[in-house]
Amino acid sequence: MHDGEIDKQRRRFLTTAATVVGGAGVAASAVPFISTMTPSAKTKAIGGPVEVDISGLQPGQRQIVKWQGKPVWIIRRDEKILSDLETLNAEVRDPQSDVDQQPPYAKNTYRSRKPEFLVVIGLCTHLGCSPNYFTAEDQQDLGPGWKGGFFCPCHGSRFDLAGRVYKSVPAPTNLVVPPHRFVTDNRILIGDDSGAS
Amino acid sequence: MNAVIKLLSALLEWVDARFPLLKMWNEHLAKYYAPKNFNFWYFFGSLALVVLVIQIVTGIWLTMNYKPSAEHAFASVEYIMRDVEWGWWIRYMHSTGSSAFFIVVYLHMFRALLYGSFKKPRELLWLTGMFIYLTLMAEAFFGYLLPWGQMSYWGAQVIISLFGAVPVIGDQLALWIRGDYVVSDVTLNRFFAFHVIAMPLVLLGLVFVHIIALHEVGSNNPDGVEIKKFKDANGIPLDGIPFHPYYTVKDIVGVTVFLIFFSLVVFYAPEMGGYFLEHANFIPADPLKTPEHIAPVWYFTPFYAILRAVPSQFGGVVAMGLATMMFFFLPWLDRSPVKSIRYRGWKYKTALATFVVSFLTLGWLGMEVATPLYTWLARFFSVIYFAFFFLMPFYTSTDNDKPVPDRVR
Repeated sequence: MHDGEIDKQRRRFLTTAATVVGGAGVAASAVPFISTMTPSAKTKAIGGPVEVDISGLQPGQRQIVKWQGKPVWIIRRDEKILSDLETLNAEVRDPQSDVDQQPPYAKNTYRSRKPEFLVVIGLCTHLGCSPNYFTAEDQQDLGPGWKGGFFCPCHGSRFDLAGRVYKSVPAPTNLVVPPHRFVTDNRILIGDDSGAS
Repeated sequence: MNAVIKLLSALLEWVDARFPLLKMWNEHLAKYYAPKNFNFWYFFGSLALVVLVIQIVTGIWLTMNYKPSAEHAFASVEYIMRDVEWGWWIRYMHSTGSSAFFIVVYLHMFRALLYGSFKKPRELLWLTGMFIYLTLMAEAFFGYLLPWGQMSYWGAQVIISLFGAVPVIGDQLALWIRGDYVVSDVTLNRFFAFHVIAMPLVLLGLVFVHIIALHEVGSNNPDGVEIKKFKDANGIPLDGIPFHPYYTVKDIVGVTVFLIFFSLVVFYAPEMGGYFLEHANFIPADPLKTPEHIAPVWYFTPFYAILRAVPSQFGGVVAMGLATMMFFFLPWLDRSPVKSIRYRGWKYKTALATFVVSFLTLGWLGMEVATPLYTWLARFFSVIYFAFFFLMPFYTSTDNDKPVPDRVR
């Protein structure tokens, strides 16, 4: 190279090489920045299974427990409620639970392991509000033939007592049934279904 | 006395040799020529700056006592309200400031619709302004979670769930935003980071760009004519007056009047009947129970009404997103050669009036419980809202516009 003469090829090579190497490093740093925002080990640990005693639950009653910070409802259903559910098949969007919103063992008309006990996550599948529980007897303006179920105050979605979503409401799918199993007849483990009962 | 002046001018000279102080003063104030016919509608740009300063200063003071944790957040806000000297004032300034920010910005945007300030050559000015508006919405959303009341909690839950409606990656995306399976301490902590650092930095950067873009193209005016077309021998626009002192004086009056009204709210109606501070937010967040009626703060309700009006979940989210995005396309949707409403034909005037009515009605509907009648009303006004934008190329190109004068009247 002579004095005062610029080697443009060399300059271009240096600029490109430096940009590519540096750029790759900057791009790779996206991994830690994005990853730190995912649930941490502690958050995941807190989300572990919860064991619930349901011996005091009367027919028609609801028990609310917290699992992964979410409300989980356990509802004890009597014969009347169960027989009512079958009459609602035409009014709900997914009567046979074809959409994957439950573990395989809850893919039945009652959406439960044992027909008597419904276990669902109490968050509306529309935008995550927690619906209110109204029994068939509650004097609420939920239309004639209300057989009990859940009404979301945020956007008016309705679910029956198997957590099945009614037609023509904003919520697209049935309420989620969390993984769970009966440890004994009176104790449910929510969040874990390994070693089926 | 003379000695002091001499000293000061020597100091200015010293600084000027090292930093373009005088140059900046002249370019942006003393020799920045703005149209001479600004009216009432031109207060809101400078007022937005004032509110930004109020929010930053009161925000810094709030962080001195606020604790961003699910366990302590609600109590620390009550602590600020009851035990910290003048804490209530700082907090009410900040909460009133957020509503004032949106009032001022909405009026500022309406001014652009009135006088065609978004039209060529001010497209970029308009776009940077729209980015400011979006950032402001994000800032307000992040900040609203911080008091950790019932509305904070469930509002955040609903808005984050909107991202969950995105096909395929939705659930993972919502989980990533929250950093937890539900809105929790983790979410609160990161929203605090976004609210006090990330968004304000972006906001300040955008405001800087917005003002630089404004001073490059120059302000529009109520007549919608370009004052740079007619200049005197020195290159100064004939219809222009230097920003300082003419408009600094005008704006100081505007700021003072604004602060009088602002203080009336801060001192006498800080909750504004539940519109500025929602009643349900005085109850601590309860992840197991949603309040009977939830609604966002008033400045989001027009978009919320559109979200609720669409029966499908994903469709609602798309419609709401589109409703905010439509403003971005205004410079290219408007095909009229005329800027100002003063010389527009009846079609644009009618369209703008109907749009304002639909925006306000949607805002009201978004606060109410969605009954079947209200849902149908929301659908009707959502259609009008979108028609304003989508039909704009047709009604603006065929409007009976009046002749525009060459110079400011």
